[in-house]
Amino acid sequence: MRILRWTAVVAASMLAMACGRQEPPAPPKAEAKAVLPAKAEPLKVGFVYVSPIGDAGWTTQHNRGREQMQAALGEKVTTSFVEKVPEGADAERVIRDLAAQGHKLIFTTSFGFMNPTLKVAEEFPDVKFEHATGYKSAANVGTYNVRFYEGRYAAGVLAGKMTKTNTLGYVGAFPIPEVLQGINAFTLGARSVNPKAQVRVIWVNSWYDPGKERDAANALIGQGADIVTHHTDSSAVVAAAEEKGRMAVAYHSDMSRFGPKAQLAAVTHHWGEYYTKTAQSVLDGNWKPSNIWGGMKDGMIKVEAFNASLPKDVVDQVEAKAAAIKAGEFHPFTGPIAGNDGREIAAKGVVLTDEQLGKMDYYVQGVIGKVPAAGK
Amino acid sequence: MDAAATLAAASIAAGTPMLLAAIGILVHERTGVVNLGVEGMMLAAAVVAFAVTHDSGSYALGFAAAMLAGVLLAAVFAFFALVLHANQYATGLAIALLGAGASAFIGLPYSGQGLPARGADGVALLRELPVIGPLLFGHHLMVYAALVLVLAVAWMLFRTRAGLVLRAVGESPESAHALGISVRGVRLAALLFGGACAGLAGAYLATVYTPLWAENMTAGRGWIALALVVFATWRPARVLVGAYLFGGVTMLQLYLQGIGVEAPSQLMSMAPYLATIVVLALISRNPRWIRLNMPASLGRPFNPNA
Repeated sequence: MRILRWTAVVAASMLAMACGRQEPPAPPKAEAKAVLPAKAEPLKVGFVYVSPIGDAGWTTQHNRGREQMQAALGEKVTTSFVEKVPEGADAERVIRDLAAQGHKLIFTTSFGFMNPTLKVAEEFPDVKFEHATGYKSAANVGTYNVRFYEGRYAAGVLAGKMTKTNTLGYVGAFPIPEVLQGINAFTLGARSVNPKAQVRVIWVNSWYDPGKERDAANALIGQGADIVTHHTDSSAVVAAAEEKGRMAVAYHSDMSRFGPKAQLAAVTHHWGEYYTKTAQSVLDGNWKPSNIWGGMKDGMIKVEAFNASLPKDVVDQVEAKAAAIKAGEFHPFTGPIAGNDGREIAAKGVVLTDEQLGKMDYYVQGVIGKVPAAGK
Repeated sequence: MDAAATLAAASIAAGTPMLLAAIGILVHERTGVVNLGVEGMMLAAAVVAFAVTHDSGSYALGFAAAMLAGVLLAAVFAFFALVLHANQYATGLAIALLGAGASAFIGLPYSGQGLPARGADGVALLRELPVIGPLLFGHHLMVYAALVLVLAVAWMLFRTRAGLVLRAVGESPESAHALGISVRGVRLAALLFGGACAGLAGAYLATVYTPLWAENMTAGRGWIALALVVFATWRPARVLVGAYLFGGVTMLQLYLQGIGVEAPSQLMSMAPYLATIVVLALISRNPRWIRLNMPASLGRPFNPNA
């Protein structure tokens, strides 16, 4: 059917051209799609996504959360979403549109939506805003995030056990604290079981650029990495590892479809319960701006989709570590931690505070290179 | 050593889409036609290749459909440029815009989707050899096909009668016409060949190289290919050098990051464009040389009835 669709489109556009009309340079990308018809005053909830929903990735997980909320609350809510919204001026326009259309609760799900969200929130004091992964809040703006690093540490243990070259590759989007926490936790986890493990990092300066993500993964593999992972949105890194016969730790979603042999496991995040709870609190009239940072104990981050070929004792070891984190018995950032420039970051037994984590701007020992300046 | 070999191998893979597109451009510019629509043709071909491969599961079918899409768009261009004698530059730009817009629209349901996993590329066993393994035997079939294509075009252009006719049409369409050669027929054939090449380039990008569909995924490679042909003074060997060089600098910036070299990544992203233009401008720094090699009728419509 889709094939029919494009032939029709190509034919139609050619006809349009032949008639001497100019084709517009690009069709509008962002359209709000109402998902359920409105019924007696349900709460309208809007979602702003940075990338296409697709079938694996950051936005996929948020969209699953939206669907889960919709299923849990049924007729009490209607939801809409706008996908592929670029961070910047366009985002502000999209958020303002959603608020003007009567959405009373709006989730903006990318770091770069922080300032646009705050700006629109000032204009719509009766609309509640929830911004993911940011650090600025207001009377009607709450923030929520996941302790991604908890999953990263457990995945690091797995990678440390499985690597043969002792070189791990990490494709990063932007050098912001959230991503650095992941790189450092992954490194600490790997070196907790394999002190010789080293991590190479390549920044691609984009959350979603499949071509560049793939190039970066291939560059890391070329430099000896036999396991690669990524903090970017597409499945390109896992696919590259599969083609080169190397291993990968997927992020966001289970990507085994793109790398059935390569994917050792996936670090996944889950938002449905949080979205349901938040919408319910707005319905009950007791919503307050909060700063939520959920982790394994809240079921918001998991290591799952282990490859069937992994030795059982390795999987057991990873799951034991994850269980300890979940139970609150172990914190991934427990000293001694040294920076890769040799300075001490945490003394033995000292645990980094959330505030310290939020300001992370360095690599720990075991990561090669220096953090590039100015990520934001 | 191994790292250098993999860098070189990655550069070749990265340069292949530009090479494929550029060799097609070279052929039709040699007949005196400028088609600026290559970027749009690549995009249309990329989305068609991805859609067909995604829905049918067959890469071969995807490549075939992409070539067809490229040829179709080239035919549209040919209709305006050769039959209606429209301005070639304006028509080319319209094709570029059409391709970009239509591909974004067609690709809407495919963005963020993936293709079924593909095994390792190249020749089994041989690709495991140190150094020469990844460099010579570890590539996708299209990389070798592109090289063969360049050799074939170079041979055809300078060693066969067909090549002589093709160049004659570009140098002096009036003389060729007087000799009984169908100028517009030769130009049409060359344009369609260029369309098929742009189709291969787009298909390679969307189904092999990335392999994902994202809006505007060709990222200017079609424009680079157009510039490459000019700076390479319409010579196949220089196009080859330029395309691999562009691929090389693209990959080098990522390798440098992996080693831990500190440099602003924006500057690094600029480097491939800068390096390619500087090197090719140096190779062909003599403006007379460019003018001598440039097909004399480039961009001029030819009307046999005028």
